[in-house]
Amino acid sequence: MKTLIKGGFIIDPKSGKNGLFDIIIDKGKIVEVGNDLEFTTGDIVDVTGKYIIPGLVDAHCHLREPGFEYKEDIETGTQSAAVGGFTSIACMPNTNPVIDNESVVKNIINRAKQDGFVNVYPIGAITKGQAGEELSEIGELKFAGAVAVSDDGKPVKKASIMKKALQYASMFDITVISHCEDLDIAEDGYMNEGYQSTVMGLKGIPSAAEEVMVARDLILAEYTNAPIHIAHVSTELSVDLIRNAKKRGVKVTCETCPHYFVLTEDACEGFNTLAKVNPPLRTAKDVNAIIEGLRDGTIDIIATDHAPHHIDEKNVEFAAAANGMVGFETALPLAITYLYKAGVLTLEQIVEKMCINPSKILGLNKGSLEVGKAADITIIDVDEDVIVDTAKFKSKSKNSPFNGYKLKGAIYYTIVNGKFIVREKVLL
Amino acid sequence: MILKSKDLLGLKDMAAEEIEHILETAKTMKYILTTNNKKTPHLQGKSIVTLFYENSTRTRLSFELASKYMSSSSANVSASSSSVSKGETLIDTAKTIDMMGTDVIILRHPMSGAPHLIAKNVEASVINAGDGMNEHPTQALLDMFTIYEKRGSLKGLKAAIIGDILHSRVARSNIWGMTKLGAEVSVAGPSTLMPVGIEKTGVKVFSTIQEALIDADIVMGLRIQLERQKRGLFPTAREYSKFFGLDSKRLKFAKKDALVLHPGPVNRGLELSTHVVDGDQSCINEQVTNGVAVRMAVLYLLTRRNSSENIN
Repeated sequence: MKTLIKGGFIIDPKSGKNGLFDIIIDKGKIVEVGNDLEFTTGDIVDVTGKYIIPGLVDAHCHLREPGFEYKEDIETGTQSAAVGGFTSIACMPNTNPVIDNESVVKNIINRAKQDGFVNVYPIGAITKGQAGEELSEIGELKFAGAVAVSDDGKPVKKASIMKKALQYASMFDITVISHCEDLDIAEDGYMNEGYQSTVMGLKGIPSAAEEVMVARDLILAEYTNAPIHIAHVSTELSVDLIRNAKKRGVKVTCETCPHYFVLTEDACEGFNTLAKVNPPLRTAKDVNAIIEGLRDGTIDIIATDHAPHHIDEKNVEFAAAANGMVGFETALPLAITYLYKAGVLTLEQIVEKMCINPSKILGLNKGSLEVGKAADITIIDVDEDVIVDTAKFKSKSKNSPFNGYKLKGAIYYTIVNGKFIVREKVLL
Repeated sequence: MILKSKDLLGLKDMAAEEIEHILETAKTMKYILTTNNKKTPHLQGKSIVTLFYENSTRTRLSFELASKYMSSSSANVSASSSSVSKGETLIDTAKTIDMMGTDVIILRHPMSGAPHLIAKNVEASVINAGDGMNEHPTQALLDMFTIYEKRGSLKGLKAAIIGDILHSRVARSNIWGMTKLGAEVSVAGPSTLMPVGIEKTGVKVFSTIQEALIDADIVMGLRIQLERQKRGLFPTAREYSKFFGLDSKRLKFAKKDALVLHPGPVNRGLELSTHVVDGDQSCINEQVTNGVAVRMAVLYLLTRRNSSENIN
C-alpha cells in the first residue's frame, strides 16, 4: 500500500529541498516528492505544521546485546531509538563477546532483522577482544557488515597499534573511531578534574587525558594519511586540535554528544551518578567551545553515546557507579532546544550533523529524502514542549540526567524502510 | 535550636549557627567528661551503630565512648566482618542496620559521597565519620572546638593548613567550617597535592609553608600518607619534610601563641617535628579529648530532633 505524507515542511539539505512538499512512499522507498500530490486510495497522513527530515542516524550507541541484556537489548534499544527519531544506529563493539569477528557481526545483524525496530549497523573492534594488542580481522568485519572499527570504552593504548590500525583499516575504506583517553593521565578519576571534583573530594580526570590522546591520534592520522573519527569530543583544546588538523588536511571527523553541549561538571553535584560519564562532563568554557565547534563545522556529528546501565549500577557510591547515560530519547529535543532554538545551528545544520554526516562517515546510503532512497523519515514538531520523563523511556535503562527537563521538539513519526514505527508519537 | 538535617554529612552545607550550636553543646559535654562520673542519660534508649569500611582507631573509639558515656546501646560493624565480603551493596547493608531499630548510623567509607547515599535510604540519622577525600565533619568540629575553647571565637583568626590538601577530607571540612565561622584560611603544600580550583572555596593558596604561616593564629598539619610518594606525588619523605615539615624554627613565622593542631596519627619528623608535637603550643592531645565531647554533642543533638528535651 502506498502512503502519502501531506502538508509537511521538508528539510533535506542533500537534495536542496527546503519547503512545503508532499512525499509518496511505496514498497519501502520514497517514490515521489512534489507539490500537491494526490491519492485516491491508500494511507494519507497529514503532517501540516511539522518538519519532515531524513531519519536520524546515530554513529555511536551501545545496545548491550550480546552479553549485557539486563541493561538493554536490540529490541528495547531500537524501540528507544525509534521514539527518539532515529532510523539507523551504529552500535559499539564492547559487548560480550566483543564484536571482533565476523560471526558476532552477523549475529547482531540477524538479531536486528528479527527484533529490531530500526536499521542496526555494528561497529567492529579495532583489536581482538578490545585488548589493544592485536588487530581484529578488520577486512572480514567490513565484509560481514561492520561500518567502522572502534575499541570504544577503551582507548587503544599503544600508539604503534593505533598507527597500524589506521593504515590497515584505510586499505578497506573503513573508518577508525577513536575513544581518546590517556589512562596514565586519567588514572582512577571519576569526574572532570576541576572545582567540583575538589569540592566533592572525588578523584579528577584532567582534560589533558583526552587532549593528549586526540593529539596523538591526529598526528598518526596525518602521518598515515588515513581517515580517523574522534568519538565524544568534550574539551576546548580537543576542538582546537581537531580544527587545526582539519586546516592541515588531516582526514579527521569528530562527534560530540548532547550532554557535552548542555551540561557541565556542576551536574555531578550531590554525588549525582546519573551525570557520571566518560569522558566526564566538563566546564562552561568547554561547553562553549563545543558549541563553537558545532557552529563552525569542526564538529561533524552529534551522536548519542546511548549507554544504558541498570539502576543497580547507578544507585551506588559515585566512585563505584557505571559511566554513561541513555541518549536516544533526548538527543533531538536537546539539539533543538540548545542549538536550534538558541540560534547556534539551523535545522539544516542539525540534519547535517544528525543524518547526513554520520551516514557519510559510516558509508551508509542514508540521510536524504531523495526519490529512490529507502523511506527512512522522521517528522517532528520543533515548537512543541516536551517534559523528559525517564519512567516513560522505551529503553530498558533510565539513566538520564535530563529527567524533568522542559525541552522543545516532539517526535511525531518515525518511518523506517517505509514502515511506520512511531505514529502520532506512539510506538507501534 | 534543632539541627535542620537528620544527618551530619559535612560542614559544606551546614549553617554557621548550627556549627556554633554544636560547639556550645560540646562545652557542656566536655564538662561531663571531666567529672568523676562520666555517665549521662541523654542517649538512653537510643541505638548507635558504627559502620566502618576503613581502619580507624581514634575516630571509632571516640564515637563509641561518646555513645557509651551517654548510655546508648551501641554496636560496631566492620566491613571485613560483615556481609560486604559477600557482595552486599552499601544501601542494602545500611537498610539492614536501619531496620534493627538503629537511631544513628556512623559511617566511615573510602568513597566520597557514601554517607550521602545511605542517608537518602535510611530513617536513621547518618553521621559521616570520613568519606573518601570529601569530608570528616566531626574532626573539623573538634578542631574548631579546640580553637573555640582557647580563643572564644574563630572570627578574624588566621588559620594555616599545611600538607596534602588534595587527599584530605579533614582539610575540606575545616575549610568549610572555619571560613563559615569567620576565620581566614591559608593552605600550603606541594603543588601535586593541591586540588584544582581550591582557591574558589575562599582560601589563600601558598607554595611555601613560610608564607602560609605568617601571622597565623592556628597551624594545622595534615598526615602525609607514605603511599602517595610511591604514586609520584612527591619525590621523597625527606624532601617533603625539608620544604613542608613544621619545625620549631618555621613555627616562629606564625604568631607567638599560635595553636598547633593535627588530626593524628602524626608521622613524627615528617609533617611535624617531635619538638612541635610535644611543644607548648601543641593541642594535639586535647584535640583527642575534645573529639569525644564534640561527638557527644553531635549524637545528642541529632537524637533529640524528635524530642523536646534540651540541656542548654
